[in-house]
Amino acid sequence: MATQQTRSLARFMMAPSVVLLFVWMIVPLAFTLWFSFQQYNIRDGFVGFSNYALFYSNPAFLQSILNTLAIVGSVLFITVVGGILLALLLDQPIWGQGIVRILVISPFFVMPPVAALVWKNMIMHPQYGVFADIARFFGGQPIDWFGQYPLTAIIIIVAWQWLPFATLILLTSLQSLDSEQKEAAEMDGAGFVSRFIYLTLPHMSRAITVVILIQTIFLLSVYAEILVTTNGGPGYASTNLPFLVYQKALLEFKIGQASAGGILAVILANIVAFFAMRAVGKNLDK
Amino acid sequence: MKLRTLTLGLLSASTLAFAAHAESITIATVNNGDMVRMQKLTDDFTAKNPDIQLQWVTLEENVLRERVTTDIATKGGQYDVMTIGTYEVPIWAKQNWLLPLDKLGDDYDVKDIIPAIANGLSVDGKLYAAPFYGESSFVMYRKDLMEKAGLTMPDAPTWDFIKQAAEKMTDRANGVNGVCLRGKAGWGENMAFLTAMSNSFGARWFDENWKPQFDQPEWKNTLQFYVDLMKANGPEGASSNGFNENLALFQQGKCGMWIDATVAASFVSDPKNSTVADKVGYALAPDNGLGKRGNWLWAWSLAIPAGTQKADAAQKFVSWATSKDYLELVASKEGWANVPPGTRSSLYANPEYQKAAPFAKMTLDSINAADPTHPTVKPVPYVGVQFVAIPEFQGLGTTVGQLFSAALAGQTSVDDALKQAQDAATATMTEGGYIQ
Amino acid sequence: MARAVSTQHKTIATAAAWIVALLIFFPILYTIITSFKSEQEAIQGFNLFPSGTTESYIAVEAQNGYFKFFLNSVFLSVGSTILALLVAIPAAWSMAFSPGKWTKDILMWMLSTKMMPAVAVLFPIYLIFRDTGLLDSRIGLMIMLMLINLPIVVWMLYTYFREIPGEILEAARMDGASLWKEIVYVLAPMAVPGIASTMLLNIILAWNEAFWTIRLTTTEAAPLTAFISSFSSPQGLFWAKLSAASTLAIAPILIMGWFSQKQLVRGLTFGAVK
Repeated sequence: MATQQTRSLARFMMAPSVVLLFVWMIVPLAFTLWFSFQQYNIRDGFVGFSNYALFYSNPAFLQSILNTLAIVGSVLFITVVGGILLALLLDQPIWGQGIVRILVISPFFVMPPVAALVWKNMIMHPQYGVFADIARFFGGQPIDWFGQYPLTAIIIIVAWQWLPFATLILLTSLQSLDSEQKEAAEMDGAGFVSRFIYLTLPHMSRAITVVILIQTIFLLSVYAEILVTTNGGPGYASTNLPFLVYQKALLEFKIGQASAGGILAVILANIVAFFAMRAVGKNLDK
Repeated sequence: MKLRTLTLGLLSASTLAFAAHAESITIATVNNGDMVRMQKLTDDFTAKNPDIQLQWVTLEENVLRERVTTDIATKGGQYDVMTIGTYEVPIWAKQNWLLPLDKLGDDYDVKDIIPAIANGLSVDGKLYAAPFYGESSFVMYRKDLMEKAGLTMPDAPTWDFIKQAAEKMTDRANGVNGVCLRGKAGWGENMAFLTAMSNSFGARWFDENWKPQFDQPEWKNTLQFYVDLMKANGPEGASSNGFNENLALFQQGKCGMWIDATVAASFVSDPKNSTVADKVGYALAPDNGLGKRGNWLWAWSLAIPAGTQKADAAQKFVSWATSKDYLELVASKEGWANVPPGTRSSLYANPEYQKAAPFAKMTLDSINAADPTHPTVKPVPYVGVQFVAIPEFQGLGTTVGQLFSAALAGQTSVDDALKQAQDAATATMTEGGYIQ
Repeated sequence: MARAVSTQHKTIATAAAWIVALLIFFPILYTIITSFKSEQEAIQGFNLFPSGTTESYIAVEAQNGYFKFFLNSVFLSVGSTILALLVAIPAAWSMAFSPGKWTKDILMWMLSTKMMPAVAVLFPIYLIFRDTGLLDSRIGLMIMLMLINLPIVVWMLYTYFREIPGEILEAARMDGASLWKEIVYVLAPMAVPGIASTMLLNIILAWNEAFWTIRLTTTEAAPLTAFISSFSSPQGLFWAKLSAASTLAIAPILIMGWFSQKQLVRGLTFGAVK
């Protein structure tokens, strides 16, 4: 009886969130779905699947999907591996640990357009950027980051924004590792590498899962960094799916095609969610 | 529905009731120096119009364009005055999104607006936006380097001369590039330059039947000339250089020549920021003897969206900001060199302005050399010098700009870039129903 | 012997950690440094020692008063966070303590709503906001920010609440505590750190949200992201001014983050680090 009551109470308490999110998802989605079958300037009526066909036949479409996955994959790799290494380093006894932590976490607080502007104008600029100054100091040719390696440049910027987040979570996880366990392993004569593989890494697996989960959500929709730096170019070299949708919506004002692209992005996101999230989701349950 | 109409009616009634006291109009503008200055001079307007208050929204160009286009297309009614360019005006006017400016006041002197500019902002003889500042493009060059190269820049150079001069001036060991040109992708970046340039090569975007022309030899000549010129004599990383990047290069003495907006002249000749301020000469944009020069025409202009409920106040403001008096107001506060250029003939007849701005005559000549209604050697169905005034152009121009930027970066060949541009343009025009 | 090794070890680790930390922090540091340069200095190559002029800050303030944007940022980020917590706490609580068959799926579905590119729904939202008179209103934007961050908030609270041992609740119930008392006296004290850290993270996310905050505002509700947009890429080179504006925009949240980072991490990793 009490359980029954709790159950229905539980549903009642969950309701606002679920209803709000459902409305939030379904209303724009319904509009978007409706727009996606309309000619782009709304007046011209139903056009069937032609917006999908047009979006799909866009020469940038396939590359934009690959770029989306490349950004998500590379940034996850860099931040998780880099985060683990940094966490191991910061876990050592060092002087000024508090300040070091503050310095390391700072990029996470910078809003994406500012981060992109700073990197573009002051760090990676081929004439005035710090990288160019360094290259010239060593007698080399400055690299034109956004012309020659646009996707790499964007991955670097985004990874810089998310590395602190990963580091901090992994560090906390590392610090919660029982020091007795560590000492015991050391006593057993386990080397650093084997200690890391058999003790530390499994311990951190849940923290890594959290990092991957939260970051994937944000990385799938990266676009401000691209807009500010490369505008998706040269060619389509740094166009990802959100940016392509952005281009259709706010540059060409083809609302129909942008909506079709949005629906495709949701489908892609759910595929990623299905595979990646279920894989990591198991980890969360442990 | 009825309820909504009623509510709206009540709302507008209450707005009207308020309007009797003080009306507040919202102005969206771009964050360029001349507009920021206008914002600072708000007090002069409110002193003359105590019943009108001004709310400013200053945004960077791309965000501004997104915001105002979204708002006007959905009739959001967030702005009473919008800063838009010569590209938007004809398109929006045809959609009936803008109010014609017919109440600018008796002493406004519409005839004083430079005809080339006024033409670009009028549809069917009605003015739909008032120019705040206008610009064309021309050649800025280093007199000292030109002399060293043993050459003299004519007032109206040819492309062959530009090439020859660039080759002689280039001295990469000393960090001097013969010529700096835009390479960053965007319809308002590299495509503004390349489209204007292509006009002088006899190329055009579309023929009379809207068939894309990137497969024609004129475009091949244009792009090949541009890529070769830049590879041999341009700066490193040219494919990501826009106006600002080239400005920085020129100001630091790293460019022999720079072909770009006339408005740049006031930057490069300013000794506070430019190391070469006293060595800059100006010439018309180059040609190939075909009757068209490679210069563009642009005017940031103030327009009033059709949905505004404060049209009278908005017109008062537009009239104030684009009047002769405003020019004098700026001159009295910040000197003649800081007056927004390129809008009024009377400014260029003013001896004080001529003295303060040595580039004044060349700017006016450049503006007059552009004709948005007949931009190309061969006939075209569109209006616009460095753009095609159709809604599809923003997207298409940027796509083509990316392809040409990739060609400059050496990632694709000129032929491939042109072929892809032709495909993209054909797809866009088919989709838009221009061609079958 | 052991002592010496450990000092040496500590020295090396300290040096390495400081180098890495300074490298990571460098772009922010350089922005702050550049903001104290004049415009000429800013483009004259690498220089860590500015002349210390505050002319850029004065120019930025004169062009676009900072304070109104700052207040909007505070109001929007804090307001949307409180709103999100009010909606999310009951949901996360019930998910954690009375999980049903669909709880996991509902959670995953909630997270997946965050993956729709915002720009794809801009027009529907803009039309809805227009018809409800919410364009450029703080309330409208607050609801918007609440909605986009709600999935993260629910999920974080859920992972946190789930770690609270159910036995404690059982015991409280045995004692005959009402549900209300259960929440106030048993649950709340244990949940506060998690809620605090969720709140902090959400404030950061809302503060830095740069799509809706620019597209749905004009003058009244515009926060610091719109402030930045009036300084990025103008015609001409104004990197010192841009740096000053950037510094002003990120300083409040940076300082808040520095002071609260321990709190932030504690809740964020509670579920993750057991």
